[in-house]
Amino acid sequence: MKSISILDRTLLLITGLLAAYQITAGMEGVTLFALLSYTIAFGVLLVAGLLLIIMGFEVLNSPLVVIISTIIPLSLSTGLVAEYLPAWKTGYLAFAGVGFLIIIYTRLKTRGAKAVIPLAFIHSVAGLLIFLLPIFLSLRGVTPGGFAWVGIGGALIGLGGILLTFLKIGKPILPQKTILTVLPGLLLAMTAAFVAGFALR
Amino acid sequence: MFRQKYWPLIKSLQTGLLLITGISGYTSSRCPIFNLGTLFGVAGSLFLTISGSTVLNMWYDRDIDARMDRTCLRPLPARKISPAQALGFGLALSILGLTWALMIDRLYGIIVFAGLFFDVVVYTFWLKRRTCWSIVWGGISGAMPVMAGRALGVGQIDWVGIALAAAILFWIPTHILTFSMRYHKDYQAAGIPTFPSTYGFRFTRATIAISSVLAAIAMGAAAYGLGTSWGYLRLMAVLSAGLLFLAISSMVKPSEQTNFGLFKYASFYMLSAMVLVMF
Repeated sequence: MKSISILDRTLLLITGLLAAYQITAGMEGVTLFALLSYTIAFGVLLVAGLLLIIMGFEVLNSPLVVIISTIIPLSLSTGLVAEYLPAWKTGYLAFAGVGFLIIIYTRLKTRGAKAVIPLAFIHSVAGLLIFLLPIFLSLRGVTPGGFAWVGIGGALIGLGGILLTFLKIGKPILPQKTILTVLPGLLLAMTAAFVAGFALR
Repeated sequence: MFRQKYWPLIKSLQTGLLLITGISGYTSSRCPIFNLGTLFGVAGSLFLTISGSTVLNMWYDRDIDARMDRTCLRPLPARKISPAQALGFGLALSILGLTWALMIDRLYGIIVFAGLFFDVVVYTFWLKRRTCWSIVWGGISGAMPVMAGRALGVGQIDWVGIALAAAILFWIPTHILTFSMRYHKDYQAAGIPTFPSTYGFRFTRATIAISSVLAAIAMGAAAYGLGTSWGYLRLMAVLSAGLLFLAISSMVKPSEQTNFGLFKYASFYMLSAMVLVMF
């Protein structure tokens, strides 16, 4: 496996600092539920970045990686739904909670399509929400245009999720070395887009 | 010459981390007591005393160090420096540091002295070769810099100072026990009783996990007592959750990578938490 370089560590450190800033700064005018959801998403990003810095890319060998990485889109999308589609909050929370439990079960207990299909479906729903909802809200003028950056972050998280998921199930879209080379930069770009989007709304 | 022979005797990383805890303890009291002159005194006196106790520890343990692969290249077992030189260096640093500490404040000086006493006399001279539980005293001595700094800032020993000290006390087993697992054979060769050799690896991992969680709880309590903002508390909660995740992982699926990851993360956690407490 590719060993982690100084550049990788630097990019991951900046990612961690951005996530830490967002957690500390919080968000004004959001409900406690939404704030908690966003904090969990940025918290997982922060801890994941730190673990990669400390333990290197070998940490990606853990079977827990896919499960933990699912928390980011699920909690971020839950926060967005709670904030902008409050009527759907309970239903989406149930979807996210049950979906997360299904992913845990299928990742640990099943193999092949049974393990991939629930993951791909739940990831896709959460990813599309993060990608489309902020852009839609910006275009409709509900939020300032800068909020669309969250959607761009959503596109990047989708890309990262697809690359990592297919790598983890043994059918990589790109060579492993290429994925690991772009991963720190992708994480940084994604986090920066989220932080910018939330700051500019 | 100094850099090659004397500097390695003070374990600069460990000394630096303990020094930061002391400064953090002092700055946690904030204005109007905080001032740069005293801050310099805290940094200087703690640096000298912690370094002094570390040198005395190395001087006393030179026979053990010579038998362990990890430590056999240290200046004393490698004969880069004589035992008399190391003893003189350690005593000089300790006396200078303690005198400076006592000149700054009596209570502060007494706590700094307690740290030195627990580390050198109780931990190193008395218990380290007798029982694996000596690490408790190593932990108590490691907790003294932060308590001393806090006591200097607020003029007394308060519960926040005790919580900060407890955080360090519970963090130190993570540090020492990880090393005792990683270098298990070295310690056995040197005849030092450790948790892995006395109670086994499973119990040691459980101890590390529990002490990591207790360290996070103590740190959280101290931060709350200091009136740390919700933003910083959220950040500490996130970092604590990471610590908890690694602690559980090291129990459920133990591996060298996870254990050493926990050790490194715990050090990063404590450093971050201490820096957050400063603001």
